[in-house]
Amino acid sequence: MAVYDGLFRVTGLESWCSSGGPNEGPLTMAELIARANGTQVEGAPAPSVPLMETPFPSLDTLNKSCSSIPRSRDMTQAVEEGFLAIKDPLKVILDPLTQPLSWMLDWSLDGFQATPWFIMIPLLVVIAWFSTRKIGVTVLVALSFLFMAFIDFYDDAISTLSIIFVCTIISVLLGVPIGIAMSRSDTMQRMTIPVLDMLQTLPTFVYLIPLIFLFSVTESKLYGIAIILYAIVPVIRLTDLGIRLVDKDVIEAADAFGMSNRQKLWGVQVPLALPNIMAGINQTIMMSLAMVVIASLVSAPGLGVKVLAGIRNLELGVGLVAGFSIVLLAVILDRSTKAALGRIDSSVRQ
Amino acid sequence: MTDDTDIKISIRNLYKIFGTDPQAMMEHVRNGIGKPDLLEEYGHVLGLQDINIDIRAGQITVIMGLSGSGKSTLIRHVNRLIDPTAGEVIVNGEDVLAYGEARLAELRQNTMSMVFQKFALFPHHTVLNNAGMSRRVRGESAQIADREGQKWLERVGLAGYEEHYPGQLSGGMQQRVGIARALSSDSEIMLMDEAFSALDPLIRTDMQDLLLELQRELHKTIVFITHDLDEALKLADHLVILKDGAVIQQGEPQDILLHPNDDYIIDFISDINRARVLRVGSIMEKTDRPGDGLSGEVDVAQNLESVIAVSGGDTNLHYRVMQDGQQVGLLHMRDLVRALVPVEAADPARRVA
Repeated sequence: MAVYDGLFRVTGLESWCSSGGPNEGPLTMAELIARANGTQVEGAPAPSVPLMETPFPSLDTLNKSCSSIPRSRDMTQAVEEGFLAIKDPLKVILDPLTQPLSWMLDWSLDGFQATPWFIMIPLLVVIAWFSTRKIGVTVLVALSFLFMAFIDFYDDAISTLSIIFVCTIISVLLGVPIGIAMSRSDTMQRMTIPVLDMLQTLPTFVYLIPLIFLFSVTESKLYGIAIILYAIVPVIRLTDLGIRLVDKDVIEAADAFGMSNRQKLWGVQVPLALPNIMAGINQTIMMSLAMVVIASLVSAPGLGVKVLAGIRNLELGVGLVAGFSIVLLAVILDRSTKAALGRIDSSVRQ
Repeated sequence: MTDDTDIKISIRNLYKIFGTDPQAMMEHVRNGIGKPDLLEEYGHVLGLQDINIDIRAGQITVIMGLSGSGKSTLIRHVNRLIDPTAGEVIVNGEDVLAYGEARLAELRQNTMSMVFQKFALFPHHTVLNNAGMSRRVRGESAQIADREGQKWLERVGLAGYEEHYPGQLSGGMQQRVGIARALSSDSEIMLMDEAFSALDPLIRTDMQDLLLELQRELHKTIVFITHDLDEALKLADHLVILKDGAVIQQGEPQDILLHPNDDYIIDFISDINRARVLRVGSIMEKTDRPGDGLSGEVDVAQNLESVIAVSGGDTNLHYRVMQDGQQVGLLHMRDLVRALVPVEAADPARRVA
């Protein structure tokens, strides 16, 4: 006897309800506790419920009156089964498509780690110098890596850097064309923006759930995909925005002189949108760094593992120092890309 | 204006309506609905109505009107940056509205070039690259583009600025680059959309002189848009006055000045310095009879201001008007003084649309 019994009596659905037979699935936690406490003996009439405590007609409540209605637990199980059912065919398509990502991540990781420190650190400093042409930033890069190497965090930092390197390249390779397509078609923009919004608002852990089922945790592409999905959004958005913001007068001039669409795109729109695209790449790098820490939950190597160890084993010092190293990495990546961006900016808008 | 010059661009019964369903509105417009009513009743804007203009080769045709008169919309129909709702645009005898994309691009690359009010230079290219841009778009080699760009930069007085970026130049210099860019395409037609309106007055005068000087040499077909009457009168061989999307008068500028056919134009021309704008040829008596008591000779192209200076202000004098050493008429100072008084609307019988 439950609250909503009357409802099914009145609507004449009683026979349909009883055809559902007794509940088969596993007990819910609430039922288990109730049984353990012996507060409710099965078959005994339920105490009448006061009006103010009438429960919401949810799946579980209705199930008490009508066993044909699934319980909440059955519903989540159905979702799970549905997901598992499409998992195999999905894997057939996605596995070969994403396999190159695993290879790239692994090669890059091997490459970065195999390079001895006395080559790697000067190389990074030289790259910083040629992309920024700023002494301050270059010195900061040099000092940061020397510091991290000195405190034995060099290997982790270089792993993290390698993952960001690969994920950023792929984000740009995919994101810039998507952004261009969005800027050229309003329909495309309308369709893409909700997806981007979703990718940005989805809690980062939720990304990992379907990925864990789809791919094995030992594969590098698992964290690669999670990072790329999260980090690709700004470069797409800012490419689209940058191209749409190109001065209408300049576009009109390009049209008036008979430029083809291709000439206009690569000769005018993309070069003039470059400052915005670079700002998008800067954001993409920062977001991959944020995600690479969370991705250590699914076996991404690097500084994130140390942070995780700090939490798991309550090694406060390790966690804090690893956290500080991440901040250091973030600062030098941000400074370098911003300084490089500044150079592009000044060459476009002199 | 003689009729033997070729008509380069011919605009016939051109209409442009802005809104969600312009084609459906054409019927109302043909039935004679006005611009305000169309906006109020149907929410469509009548941009241009029944425009008929013949633009002759080798002349400067100035289209003048205040903002909102549709002049910038009109010039964009010539190279189809805007497509009309109805009508024809005929360039060199071909209807450009029938052109496909490839043919249209060819037209824009080879036959027409455009100069813009806000210069619209490519900020990420050097001045030299900008100047030679039209050549590069056509697929000609960098060598040719640079040579042509260099040549026209020198011609507009910008030698030495080749490696600068447009953002480093002043407005006047940027527009010189804009003109060099248009000239280097070697097109027969140049469209100039308020090309000098964004410049300050002194530089504007310089640029007008530059344009006239270039035109004496190049004889391009120029369509020039402006809101400035003085500029229009200075440059125009043929003047078209636009108001609310319709042509209210077109013809030789001197003729419009002496015989305005609309109150709007009378208001418009009432403030200008007529002595400086009007020329002897427009007000003389056309005759080859040798006059009596002549005080001297004046040239047919002289403006009235200079004649007044010569005469010392005496209204009883008469002059022989000369053109290329031949007498073409007589100038009576009384006529000259009368011409200085702003005219009321000319006799309806004399109106020419």
